[in-house]
Amino acid sequence: MTPLLTVEDLRITFPTRSGPSEVVRGVSFTLGRERLGIVGESGSGKSQTGRAILGLTPPPGKATAKVLDFDGTDLRDASPATWRKLRGARMSMVMQDPKFSLNPVMTIGRQLVEALKFGAGETRRQARDRALAMLEAVQIRDPERVFRAYPHELSGGMGQRAMIAMMLVTEPDLLIADEPTSALDVTVQVEVLRILDRLVTTRGMGLIFISHDLRLVSSFCDRVLVMYAGRVVEELKASDLDQAQHPYTRGLMNCLPKIEGSQRPLPTLERDAAWAK
Amino acid sequence: MGEVMLEVQALDVTFRRGGDTVRAVRGVSLDVARGESFGIVGESGSGKSTVLRAICGLAPTTAGTIGLKGTSLATPRPADFYRRVQMVFQDPYASLHPRHTVDKVLAEPLAIHGFDRREARIEQALSEVGLGSDFRFRYPHQLSGGQRQRVAIARALILEPEVLLLDEPTSALDASIQAEVLNLLDRIRAERGLTYIMVSHDLAVVAHMCDRLIVMQHGEAVEELTRAALSAHRATTDYTRKLLSASEGYTPA
Repeated sequence: MTPLLTVEDLRITFPTRSGPSEVVRGVSFTLGRERLGIVGESGSGKSQTGRAILGLTPPPGKATAKVLDFDGTDLRDASPATWRKLRGARMSMVMQDPKFSLNPVMTIGRQLVEALKFGAGETRRQARDRALAMLEAVQIRDPERVFRAYPHELSGGMGQRAMIAMMLVTEPDLLIADEPTSALDVTVQVEVLRILDRLVTTRGMGLIFISHDLRLVSSFCDRVLVMYAGRVVEELKASDLDQAQHPYTRGLMNCLPKIEGSQRPLPTLERDAAWAK
Repeated sequence: MGEVMLEVQALDVTFRRGGDTVRAVRGVSLDVARGESFGIVGESGSGKSTVLRAICGLAPTTAGTIGLKGTSLATPRPADFYRRVQMVFQDPYASLHPRHTVDKVLAEPLAIHGFDRREARIEQALSEVGLGSDFRFRYPHQLSGGQRQRVAIARALILEPEVLLLDEPTSALDASIQAEVLNLLDRIRAERGLTYIMVSHDLAVVAHMCDRLIVMQHGEAVEELTRAALSAHRATTDYTRKLLSASEGYTPA
C-alpha cells in the first residue's frame, strides 16, 4: 500500500532575538489510511508538526523537509493554487477550541456551505442538503436549528461537532485533529471520537490525532508517535504502549493518577537532558 | 467522623439576568470533617465550581446555609473568613496579576490581614511550594504554568488557612506537572492538617486526592461515594458509571 502522507526530516524554525529556535527537529513518519496519534507535552512541537503538513506554519516561522508528499503531490513548494485545491477538499484540520475557530458572525450553515462551494461545483440547494446531512452524521439531533444558529448559540460539544462537520463535509482524505476533544466533557468526547472512528473505518480516511492525553490516544489510535522537545523519541503500536521503552513515555504513563488506587506520592517525571539531544 | 469543619445545607444558587433564571445549584448538601479531603466531580455546567464560589460568598445563594466549624456564615463574609478559607483557581494564567511580581502577589494578603514578619513569611511560603527565593522578584510571564500554580498555592497558604478550596487546580497543566502539583498539595495537607474541597472533572485526580466525593449533574448532587467505592467501580447511578467508563479512555461502540 502506498502511504497517503510521507514526511521526512521535517524541521520548523522560528527566529528569535537570540538566533533561530528549532521547535521541530527532524520528524519523519508515514501515514496510511489509519489513525496515527501524536502525543507530547506543551511545547513538544506536536501542533506545529500538524500545521506544517497543511502549510500553515505561522510566519515568521519556516518549515523545511526532505520529503513532504501527500498522495503524489510535493507540498514543500506548492503554489497557492495547489494549496487551494488541497486544503478543505482533500486535507483539513480540526482545531482545539470551537470558540476560536468558527466565524462568530456567520451562521453554521453558511460556514458549511462556504466550505462546499470552494470544494466542488454544485448548486446552492445541493450544497445545503449535503451540509444538513453532514450535521446529522455528526450526531446533531436538530440539524435545521444548528444550520441556522450562530456559534455562540451552541454549547462547546455542539460547536465542536459543527466544526468537525465543516471539515468533513468535503470528504477529505486526510484529517488532522489537534486536540479535538480536550475542551469537551468526557461523555461528549466519546461521541466525537466515535464519529472520527467511523469515518476512518468506512471512508478510509487518514487521521492524525494530536493530543497530550496518553491514555486517550492509546485507546483510540492504531499507532502512536511520542514527541519530546521537537523530536519523535518513540514510535509504537498503541496497544503496546504499556511496553514502551523510552523513559519519557514510561514516565508520562506513570505520572497519571489512576482510579484503582494510585501510588502516593505520584511518581514524577525526571527529565534527562540527553532526551532532547 | 471527627469534628465538622465545613457544612453546606440544601444550597441553592440561582442566577437571574433579564427574564432568564438559571438554577445552577439545587439543594446540594455536604459536610467535610477537619483534615479531610472532599471532592466534587461533574461536567461543565454541573454547578461544581459554583458550590465553591458560594462557599466563598462569590455566588448569589438563594437558599440554604453554609457553616464553618458550626457557625453559620453571614454575607458578605467577615474578613477573618478569608484568612481561614482560601481558594486556588483553575487557570494560573488568569489568576495572577500580570504586572505584579511574585513578591507583590504574596505581600498583598499579608498586608490586608495585618500579618507581621512579612519578609520571613514570603521566603517560607516560596520554599514550601518548592520555588527558591530567586523566583521572588519575577513576573508571572517569566514563569511556567506549573510554577504559576505553585505561586497561587503559596498565596493561599501564606495566610495559614484551615480550609483550601481547589477549583480544578491542575487541569491547565501537563500530566507530568500535574503529578508534581498534586504531590505538593498532598504533602502540605499532611503537614498542616488542612481541609480540602477539590473540584475537578477528572475522576482519576479526585480519586487520588480525596477521601469522599460527590458527583454533580445539572446542579444536583446525584451520588456520594467514598474513594474505596470509586476505585472498586461501585457506582449506583448510571451517570457515575458513564463517567467512570469514559475516564478509562475510548471504547469502540
